[in-house]
Amino acid sequence: MNEVFPGVPAAYSRRVQVPSTSAVDPAGSSHQWHLLDNEAELAQRGITPLGTLLCVHGNPTWSYLWRGLLNHVSTNQLPWRVVAVDQLDMGFSERTGVFRRLADRVNDLGDLTRALGLDGDVTTVGHDWGGIISLGWAVAHPDQLAHVVLTNTAVHPAGFELPAALRLASHPAVHGWGTQSTDAFLRVTYSLARPALEPEVRKAFMEPYANASRRTGVGNFVADIPFTEDHPSRPALDAISEGIRALQVPALLLWGPQDPVFSDRYLRDLIFRLPRAAVHRFEGAGHLLPEDRDISTTIFDWLAIPDKTAEPERAQAASDYRPMLAELDARTQDTSTAVVDINPPRSLTWAGLGQRVDSLARGLAGIGVKPGDRVNLLVPPGIELTSLIYACLRLGAVIVVADAGLGTRGLGRAIRGAGPAYLIGIDRALTGAKVLGWPGIRIAVEAMPAAKRRLLGVRHTIPELLAHGAATAESGQPNGFTAADPDADAAVLFTSGSTGPAKGVVYTHRQLAAMRDTLRETYNLKAGSALVAGFAPFALLGPALGATSVTPDMDVTAPRTLTATALADAAAAVSATTVFASPAALANVLETSGALNGSQRKVLEGISLMLSAGAPIPEPLLARVQELVPRARVHTPYGMTEALPVTDIDLEGIRAAGPGNGVCVGTAVAGAQVAIAVLDSSGNAGDQPETTANRTGEILVRAPHVKDRYDRLWITEQLSTSVPGWHRTGDVGHFDEAGRLWVEGRLGHVLSTVNGPTTPVAAEQAAESVPGAGRAALVGVGPAGTQAPVLVMESIPPARRAGPAPADLAHAVRAAVAATGTRVSAVLLVPGLPTDIRHNSKIDRSALAAWATTTLAGGRIRKP
Amino acid sequence: MSTQEPLQVPRRVLVTGASGLLGGAVAGLLRTKGHHVRTFQRRPSSASTDEVLGSLIDPAAVRRAVEGMDAVIHLAAKVSFTGSWHDFVATNTTGTNTLLEASADAGVRDLVFVSSPSVAHFGEPLAGAGAGTADPERARGNYARSKASAELNALARDSPGFRVTAIRPHVVWGPGDTQLVERVIERAAGGRLPLLDGGAALIDTTYIDNAASAIVRGLERMEHAHGRALVITNGEPRPVGELIAGICQAGGAPVPRLSVPGWLARGAGSVIERVWLAAGKRNLVYDEPPMTRFLAEQLSTAHWFDQRETREVLDWTPDVSLDEGLIRLAAHYGGTRP
Repeated sequence: MNEVFPGVPAAYSRRVQVPSTSAVDPAGSSHQWHLLDNEAELAQRGITPLGTLLCVHGNPTWSYLWRGLLNHVSTNQLPWRVVAVDQLDMGFSERTGVFRRLADRVNDLGDLTRALGLDGDVTTVGHDWGGIISLGWAVAHPDQLAHVVLTNTAVHPAGFELPAALRLASHPAVHGWGTQSTDAFLRVTYSLARPALEPEVRKAFMEPYANASRRTGVGNFVADIPFTEDHPSRPALDAISEGIRALQVPALLLWGPQDPVFSDRYLRDLIFRLPRAAVHRFEGAGHLLPEDRDISTTIFDWLAIPDKTAEPERAQAASDYRPMLAELDARTQDTSTAVVDINPPRSLTWAGLGQRVDSLARGLAGIGVKPGDRVNLLVPPGIELTSLIYACLRLGAVIVVADAGLGTRGLGRAIRGAGPAYLIGIDRALTGAKVLGWPGIRIAVEAMPAAKRRLLGVRHTIPELLAHGAATAESGQPNGFTAADPDADAAVLFTSGSTGPAKGVVYTHRQLAAMRDTLRETYNLKAGSALVAGFAPFALLGPALGATSVTPDMDVTAPRTLTATALADAAAAVSATTVFASPAALANVLETSGALNGSQRKVLEGISLMLSAGAPIPEPLLARVQELVPRARVHTPYGMTEALPVTDIDLEGIRAAGPGNGVCVGTAVAGAQVAIAVLDSSGNAGDQPETTANRTGEILVRAPHVKDRYDRLWITEQLSTSVPGWHRTGDVGHFDEAGRLWVEGRLGHVLSTVNGPTTPVAAEQAAESVPGAGRAALVGVGPAGTQAPVLVMESIPPARRAGPAPADLAHAVRAAVAATGTRVSAVLLVPGLPTDIRHNSKIDRSALAAWATTTLAGGRIRKP
Repeated sequence: MSTQEPLQVPRRVLVTGASGLLGGAVAGLLRTKGHHVRTFQRRPSSASTDEVLGSLIDPAAVRRAVEGMDAVIHLAAKVSFTGSWHDFVATNTTGTNTLLEASADAGVRDLVFVSSPSVAHFGEPLAGAGAGTADPERARGNYARSKASAELNALARDSPGFRVTAIRPHVVWGPGDTQLVERVIERAAGGRLPLLDGGAALIDTTYIDNAASAIVRGLERMEHAHGRALVITNGEPRPVGELIAGICQAGGAPVPRLSVPGWLARGAGSVIERVWLAAGKRNLVYDEPPMTRFLAEQLSTAHWFDQRETREVLDWTPDVSLDEGLIRLAAHYGGTRP
């Protein structure tokens, strides 16, 4: 095809002479514009477009930025016209010789659309400063406006500071030199692409700005940024940023978070102004998002949704909604113990907890926390966290619970993604927030000296909030709280990040309450139960369940730190009936059980329910747990951050099921439905929920306690809800003849071999059964359709270095796995498999597959 | 009706290079299927009742060999890791051209050109790769380059009246194999066989019986296979260290333990190759060199292939698994492999 620029067919490039009505131009002026426009191609195809995408670049790009949209329409034969403009003085449009300000540019764009005779629905698409200009057009053309799409832009609200990088660029000493005399501004901008631009693409972006006179517009653009109140363009800016709040059309915000200029704060501001916008943050992408990621598919998928404001179909709870705070409210006079911490020792009665929650909520309201505000809680599990959670729920504030188990980098990404207005943390968290620039007004859990306070940028402390809250309560002021809307956001939790960056998961009050009800009904947790909270997500539910809860002396984010003694001591403190723990914690409990004395063993004998949650647990380990808690029903639920729990099975159930293809996780919990979307021969999941036995597919769940949505991850949300009414779990499995669900691994870990899709778990279990074998992970090496199955495993004793397994072990493993129908190509030993930090049990198979691919290609063997 | 499959009517098939392990196996298989087999090789063999003696560089001998044949399976080639370019071209490229021309002239209907995956691969690791197009410019080593030219010429000849397919078995081995098995065993026995980079490179190989059946299948499925180049393997990639260990165990040789970095072996291979060539010219050595750059590359980079097209076109799957092959190899050597 004849291309004018790499990726741009010549037929798209056109020039238009447009009469100007802009104030800056003398009457009767006209200017030549350069555009990319697929109008001719559509006409050739005989297609009447559904509407036009009016795409406006920023500084210093040009219409080339939007070539992906034009090509996407062409490749997929879509009925959309795309008009990507080069703004005047930019790209290949005319150099007008005058300084065009924001108001002129908005008016210029109107002149152009009038000259083009653009009628019918228009979707504005804007990037960088093109974002605000496109919004200016949107505000001025409400009758034509159909949708608004924005990427990495800002509407520059009052109170926000100019990004540091732009402040420098606009400094008089730097400005002329950086933006016009030299091409420094262009080079810096194009270096922001992640991954780096192809040389010919970079060259195309630079091409219209070859010399200083061609770059006048670049310099003027920067000089026109209204970074002070009295800047000439400030009124136009304010009019637009206020004007968009009245827009009634659907909006889509696509964001590359690694943007030194248009950072997440501008996204949050846009979300505030366009609260119903669909939002997707592309983790790892940056300022040049249209170059970094395929946003065309996302934009046209979104445009194709008929009713963008329709509420998704959801499963309804059978019972009536009972707020999370109902139990606390019912027990304001109850002087029995509600919550206990072991280290440092501390406890509160139900009445005391209720009072503390009330004071905290008053205190938070006193510093301006409003319903819907996000409050990030970086506080370890225990009374402090519990009180804060329920105080936020009372206030209608949204709790953001990201635990240190994500690792510092993952935690930072999670917090920036959720964008909390407030951050409440212990010292370590506040230091992280200060050093790494996490968002949110900082509130310290403990009182701290003024100097440290200044150093960490702490605005408030919990003791101050409590004192203020208690004072207003004593003065007899009503707290003014209204019960939260059941369908308002209540919490943002995070996935473990074992399968890519941690994803924020939003729950409403109704959904949190449903989670509580499901747990209660499934495990018959009555008020008066007493539970040891060794597994974080369930730990918050104690007060809602009406159960006394105790936090053992452990680092809940590092499950291996729970010892048998610590467990017994915690159980003794509340005469516990129930224990929630993770498999890694239980493994350590078993390892340290030799240290238990007689009375501690006695306490554990009083446990009636033992729950191992967070990851599958091998039957032998569970059997040993049973010996420790002989009277307990030993259960292990299956679930995920998006739906906790989904199914449940007990030790007897596991034994009755016996070995099979995968891990048997039992049957659906109270209120939940489970189905399978069968895999096709290349390993893709279909979209028909079915429950036929022995068909492998993606596991679907439908329950009132399934998440409301992924947070600011519109694409992820669309995928997860593409079977209406169901949540796609991303796990694969099957039902057996008895209706039990078996989990065979992650959808993304399914191998695509010549024999069709191969799920990993059965092969891994067979490999682990070989004497001398430790944990194993089956990964695919090579192209889809012909992948070679490779087992990466630990051995006993551990291998000293990574490499091919000794021939005899490889032979034994291969023979054992052959029985499950998988022919293993290679067996690789590693000293340790990489796992997620939170559960310390989910193996990062994607990373392992990449490592195995490199290793088996030949060359020096590196560590996985 | 020569296009019917399986070949209903016994056909007259010329097998060149039948004195080699693979050629012998192909000839034997054709005979058990009831075809008339003529062989063409330099030295008389006892197995053949219809044989033409001669060399590919002798056009008259070649014309005698194809006389009256329905089909040709062409395996004869100069196979070596070293040697002069001229010798390779004379046998592999020019010799093949001579055979192609003589066959077409003699009214032969079908020709299977037995080639090598190395004609289309250029030193980088191959993981699940397709066959690719032969490239004499970029193929590595004299053997591969001369075969690449020959394969291009052969496939260019494909026409409705003279159908040609290229079958490329990858690393053929089995009892009696002197190319791979005996070299490995001999070098391992002499302590001269290091593993490169720990022997992790994934390599797919072809057990001799499977290679033979796939080649015969190429003839039987000519209707689908003509004009194509198809890589043949067992479809069982294994780490090269494990393969070598398996062969050594089967042959009763010690399993190599010493691992040498691949870059070192490739560099050393280049040097040794040149010294050996120089020495060979002065008749100082007659053996193959202990390491060549090509061999070092083969042993330190992945080589395994996408077999889907091959199996579909030939409607064929290997009969003998890799492990079964090793057992047969052990039986051949009276070895100890379980």
